[in-house]
Amino acid sequence: MAFNVKKSVMLALIQDLGRFGYQAAGLTTGGPMDEMAFRWGNALLNNDENASQIEITFGLFSLEAQAPTSIALTGADLGATLNGQSILPWQTYAIKQGDVLSFHQPVWGLRAYLSVKGGFLCQPTLGSTSTVVREHLGGLHGNGAKLEVGDSIAYESSNEHRQMRVPRHHIPDYSQQNIPVILSYQSADFSTADHETFFSSRYRVSSHCDRMGYRMEGTPIGKEIRGITSEGIAYGAIQIPQDGQPIVLLNDRQTIGGYPKIGCVTRAGGDLLAQRKPGDLVRFASTSIQQATTDRFQQLDHIKRLFSPCH
Amino acid sequence: MTFPKPTIEQVNEEAYLLRFGSQINEQTADQILWTTRQLKRLHGIQDLIPSYTTILLTLKTPAEQQHKQLDDIENILNALSEQTALPLDQRKVVVIPVYYGNEVGPDLQEVAKHCQMTPEEVIQRHSATLYRAYTIGFTPGFSFLGSTPDALHIPRKRTPRHQVPKGSVAIAENQTAVYPSVTPGGWQIIGRTPMELVDWSSEHLGLIATGDSVRFEAISREAFLAQGGTLDGF
Repeated sequence: MAFNVKKSVMLALIQDLGRFGYQAAGLTTGGPMDEMAFRWGNALLNNDENASQIEITFGLFSLEAQAPTSIALTGADLGATLNGQSILPWQTYAIKQGDVLSFHQPVWGLRAYLSVKGGFLCQPTLGSTSTVVREHLGGLHGNGAKLEVGDSIAYESSNEHRQMRVPRHHIPDYSQQNIPVILSYQSADFSTADHETFFSSRYRVSSHCDRMGYRMEGTPIGKEIRGITSEGIAYGAIQIPQDGQPIVLLNDRQTIGGYPKIGCVTRAGGDLLAQRKPGDLVRFASTSIQQATTDRFQQLDHIKRLFSPCH
Repeated sequence: MTFPKPTIEQVNEEAYLLRFGSQINEQTADQILWTTRQLKRLHGIQDLIPSYTTILLTLKTPAEQQHKQLDDIENILNALSEQTALPLDQRKVVVIPVYYGNEVGPDLQEVAKHCQMTPEEVIQRHSATLYRAYTIGFTPGFSFLGSTPDALHIPRKRTPRHQVPKGSVAIAENQTAVYPSVTPGGWQIIGRTPMELVDWSSEHLGLIATGDSVRFEAISREAFLAQGGTLDGF
């Protein structure tokens, strides 16, 4: 049984947690741009944490169900409707045959996650279903293609439905401007003035923002810093090219690069940034590695406890 | 000869950068190759990116268990010594056939002019050197091979091409490479190989791994075509 794609205008991609173990061969990892939203989706349905979902960017995407199941919506509010009735993210919904699920346009955030009971059934390529368009890898047909009208995305039908929702205090605030940053890599090569500028000014998301990285616009920094010997690029690395405008490298980033990097946005910070659109303003806020690590594992722990609450 | 012990720096919640000094040379590359092989045997490592002077490693273990992992990594680094280099005869040597011709190497004449030699000399020098794969990146399977002879050093093209045909063999600065797929590129293109550099069905994906030795072998136009080479793309 399957969801049939009825409309696909922008970008809808099959994703699991990512393709790991191949960076040495130059492959990127892919995976959900808002990982916490993705994880909550699978948790709401008691799925395996790596079960495949659909990442819907912006909206203008519509599906028709061929069989009953239970779904969860997490991440952005893209003005979704179920048979024309508005539905909100961060909870589960029962689906019956013939139901039409549509995503319209962003109300809150940019990327929504659609998960289905048991996960979408999709053949992994190199151990993962994550779609990387640039590498022609992963996704429904294994060739990196985005979802198109006529595609049929299989799932195991189920009449089991459990009404679940993410506790309100765990729903992220996508309007939050502060993006936490861990100073690392070449941060010591940047002047004190660069550090002050970077953490005190506001940066605008430019129109060059995609799954590979977000190019920001604002007061330039580090223009006098020279290139470095190419080295591995970690998730969230903030590279400063010669024009001094930061580029935050995200899921589909290249594996190595020779631009100096002032540090990395945290995973939580990257999740927030990925929900931002061109023109949005953000501020980078310095955080310690200890704080970021503690925050991350607390978040993961909350998700794990959804089905085994111990209060 | 002694060398400084590599340093470990945490760069985000799960990734660590191991630095092996700042010199790009064979000794550093040997240390990185040896360390990468040891690290691959450890549990809990999600990904490794060996490069010229660094290894970036990402752990999949939760924070509270990372200490054990870091101890294991420390032990590996402590075991590094001058003897850790793999003897040359134990390294994989990949031989890449290349048709060096103007129709598939549109920059060959310009390279010859820049280097003040004939195109034949460019081909001779390029194919007489045994290269080392220092790192892989840019696109899947793109191996940065070094170093080209001093006489062949040339800057990248002022304006990169929007599309470099698959299999193109190119040089830039002191490096050489093969484009494994059609991508934009700014290197000077001197020939083309009929060989597939990326095999999606193989476990290793790329024909060349970091640390491998690579040699180019000049072949005729006929041999190139017989091996499946194509002349299109420019």
